[in-house]
Amino acid sequence: MTSIAAKNQQGQVQSLWKLISDESQPYHHILRMGFLAGITLLFLGLIGMLEAFNEREVIRDVVTLAQFVLFVPTFAAAYMAAQRIREEQSIGMVLVAATIIGLLSAIPTIVILLINTQVNIRDMFVHVNRDWLEIITFDNRNQLGLGIGLLLGSLGLAGLLGAVLQNLPQKIRRSVIFGLSLMLVIGVMSETVGLIMQEIFTDDFLDNFFKRDTLLLNSAIGLFVFGVALIWVPDKVRRSFVFGLVVAMVALGLRNLLLAIDSLTSIIPTSEEGFLDVFLYFLLPFVAGFAGRLYLEYGSRDSNKAKTDTKATTSTGRPIRVDLIVSIAILLVAPWIVGRALSDVMVTIGIFVLMGIGLNVAVGLAGLLDLGYVTNYAVGAYVLAVMTSTGPLGLFNSQEGVIVNFWMVIPVALLAAMLAGFVFAVPVLKMRGDYLAIATLGFGEIIGRLAVSDALAPIIGGAQGMSFIPKPELLGFTLKDPEQLYYIILVACAITLIVSIRLNNSRTGRQWMAIREDEDVASAMGINVAQAKLLAFTISAATGGVAGAIFAAKVGTVFPNSFSVIVSINVLSLIIVGGMGSNPGIVVGAIVLIGLPELLREFSDFRWLMYGALLIWMMNNRPDGLWPSQVRRRELIGDDSSPPADESPMMASE
Amino acid sequence: MSRYLDDFSLVDFTINALRVVIIVLVFWGAFNTLTLPADAGRITGEQWFDLFVAGLTQGSIYALIALGYTLVYGILLMINFAHGEIFMAGAFTTVFLATWMDKIGFLNGYPFVAIPLLIIFSGFISMIIAVLLERIAYRPLRGAPRLVPLITAIGASFFLQYTFRGLYGSGFKSYPTVDILKGSVAISGFSIPIARIFVFVSALVLMGGLYWLVERTKIGKAMRAVSEDKEVARLMGIDINFVIMFTFALGGLLAGAAGVINGLYRPQGVNFFMGFRPGIKAFTAAVLGGIGSVPGAMLGGLFLGVIEAIGPNLVMTGLGIPGPNQLQDVIAFTMLVLVLIFRPQGIIGERLTEKKA
Repeated sequence: MTSIAAKNQQGQVQSLWKLISDESQPYHHILRMGFLAGITLLFLGLIGMLEAFNEREVIRDVVTLAQFVLFVPTFAAAYMAAQRIREEQSIGMVLVAATIIGLLSAIPTIVILLINTQVNIRDMFVHVNRDWLEIITFDNRNQLGLGIGLLLGSLGLAGLLGAVLQNLPQKIRRSVIFGLSLMLVIGVMSETVGLIMQEIFTDDFLDNFFKRDTLLLNSAIGLFVFGVALIWVPDKVRRSFVFGLVVAMVALGLRNLLLAIDSLTSIIPTSEEGFLDVFLYFLLPFVAGFAGRLYLEYGSRDSNKAKTDTKATTSTGRPIRVDLIVSIAILLVAPWIVGRALSDVMVTIGIFVLMGIGLNVAVGLAGLLDLGYVTNYAVGAYVLAVMTSTGPLGLFNSQEGVIVNFWMVIPVALLAAMLAGFVFAVPVLKMRGDYLAIATLGFGEIIGRLAVSDALAPIIGGAQGMSFIPKPELLGFTLKDPEQLYYIILVACAITLIVSIRLNNSRTGRQWMAIREDEDVASAMGINVAQAKLLAFTISAATGGVAGAIFAAKVGTVFPNSFSVIVSINVLSLIIVGGMGSNPGIVVGAIVLIGLPELLREFSDFRWLMYGALLIWMMNNRPDGLWPSQVRRRELIGDDSSPPADESPMMASE
Repeated sequence: MSRYLDDFSLVDFTINALRVVIIVLVFWGAFNTLTLPADAGRITGEQWFDLFVAGLTQGSIYALIALGYTLVYGILLMINFAHGEIFMAGAFTTVFLATWMDKIGFLNGYPFVAIPLLIIFSGFISMIIAVLLERIAYRPLRGAPRLVPLITAIGASFFLQYTFRGLYGSGFKSYPTVDILKGSVAISGFSIPIARIFVFVSALVLMGGLYWLVERTKIGKAMRAVSEDKEVARLMGIDINFVIMFTFALGGLLAGAAGVINGLYRPQGVNFFMGFRPGIKAFTAAVLGGIGSVPGAMLGGLFLGVIEAIGPNLVMTGLGIPGPNQLQDVIAFTMLVLVLIFRPQGIIGERLTEKKA
């Protein structure tokens, strides 16, 4: 009897399991999405992300970044689930399902919350603390029932909203998403935006929008409306508006640049109250740019219509040249628009862009996964340190006088890094793929350990590092501030970029590509594989050396801790995120991966976690990167005339 | 004459020159060290023995981790770069259980029950992490170009490190001391700390168990079959996904066990970064023994541990390099690079890496 009952029970369990795991059932998907969102939410809490993000207010006294992030997993899960089931289910069912997802996503967090009332799990999980409790119960830590109710209700609502958004017509959906993102981005970056705006507007004026660097509710709503409106106005007006804004920025930057040069201060008009400034250097250029561009866009329509009616002609016509000029102008005055603190971040980004372009020659073009790129960076930095330092370890200079300056050492650092790249490349030339990666990783670690060790301490300072590295000088100016160092890195990046693009389109570039695709075939085609690989390693090393030297000059000190494997992984991540072999992708990757954690300290605690997650996600979903190079895309899709629209939402939105 | 010039290859020349230089340096260093006068810091026989035992102990931990690399590589031909983090996950989580056991007096009251329990618990945690990792990150990438899983694994490595940093904090946490592991025993004039014997013996037991599993059981046979040829194994009715999952689970189990053993033996404690360097070194060990080969990984681990312990003192002291023990890692990573250059098939060399590359 008992065995039959047991068997019966087992059968029931099995059929229940079948019901749950049956992928064709719609609720399977709902359960899964709810569960995933819930686990993500719990994870964000346990690793302390919610706690850290709670410090940052998106809208003053209304919502913090943590409260925003709290809803993101649920919202996204409901949005995706709704997308999947909206074809087969009625709208009512979709909304109910989304609400269920929302409720489900609260459960894992609530379970931990309840366990925490019985057992003290804080000894283990350091972030199960008061802050976390207050975030997830909406400040009702002492009335757990109410708190849990609020959490369930708000997450249910978030799920519902996700499904509602999914069911809106496309243009409304796009405008709402854009408006929200604009609000969120400006809200999170309000410190940065405030810094930029302080350059021209007075504090009293800015207080109407920001209070103590956080966005006020009114301006947040304004931004949202503005973002929505921006989607609804015609394309040409939107383009003209952005153009006007950029022109105004350039004008502002020029003004600050002239103000910074003492002898030129008197020739430009400024006023104490700032009205004149706002008018002359912001409104006037903005209106001029806006109107001018509008005129170009609409005025040239007829002539374009005469030719063909496609968008391509407009973009290859006159406006594009204007765009190019303005882009160069904004790059040239950028540090004077954003001020000192942000210029410093820009220099850091620039150093990583430089390394990214360099490593890209090895990884992206030639397919050689080099995990020891930090070696070249370290060689460049230490060469500069040893040769120019005025400290006791400096080889040529002393406190009394400087014989060897930055400009003389840059070529030496470049050659030294090339030599290092060459020496380390020769033994590994015969290795392939993952063995090469591990061997170069080994080199990186060896260099890192040697830099700290006592063995080399008499030359490069060991664990104490080296200091007293003088700033570069040019025509009597000392380039001591980030605003000025920016130009060095800009020039370096420009040169490297040109070299990289030229190489990519050259015979050598095609050889690398062939080696990347198949080494044996490349060799059979008569390519000197060893030579081509050596060239790739050496060129990529040279760039790393220059980046290291600039880094040393920027910081003024060199510590062995700066040269760990983490740097290599950092550069690799930005190449992969941007898209291997794609130069614009590298710039975007560097801005996102280096700039964001530098600007927002909350992010910097989680930057490695995010890099890791990003690498996994990218490799699984988008191995060609967010901004793949045209060649790569052609290789992957196999058709260069029409990239499929659904391939990449990021590109579709362009 | 010109025929020889045509055949001249810079790469081969450099590699051979490197080989000669390294052999000369090693012998020269060792010779100098061993002929040091007694008052100039010559290392006594007893000290050499201590170094050897310390190396063997460290090596058996490397061996346990290396098995995970080798098992996965044998089957999927991928370097599971995140394996060091799996080792960390078990050790870092179990430290809380060990502390609790110590607090209620169970750990020192019943050490012969408590320690195996800790090892099992840690192995279980690491196993879950390894299986999840395989399921979420690696499984969708089967058949992708080989760099894709490697980059994913690097990402997973950092993700796991900083996840555990977020969960348990960034400080070091120490395992409680166990009374029976204190002290040392004297064997024919040499004294060996009990903790080291414990590490060595438990590692041997675990490795023996693994060897039995792979060689003598049905699932072991299935694993070997999948590593020979996945397609044919599938045709023979083997569930490939299950076997791969099982392999990851097995590697995770050993790594987790190694984590606790390591934690109980080293006083420095555990933190989120503890897995990274041992991970790379264990990979070195796996390559040293011939990646893909189970006995190779065991031998390679022990060998690397011993070299790492003796090498700095034997070679670098003789070459007059100050602070040789700081350069332990340099020795290990140099070994890695040298093995990859000169003998990628490893010491045992049962499988040529080129074959499947």
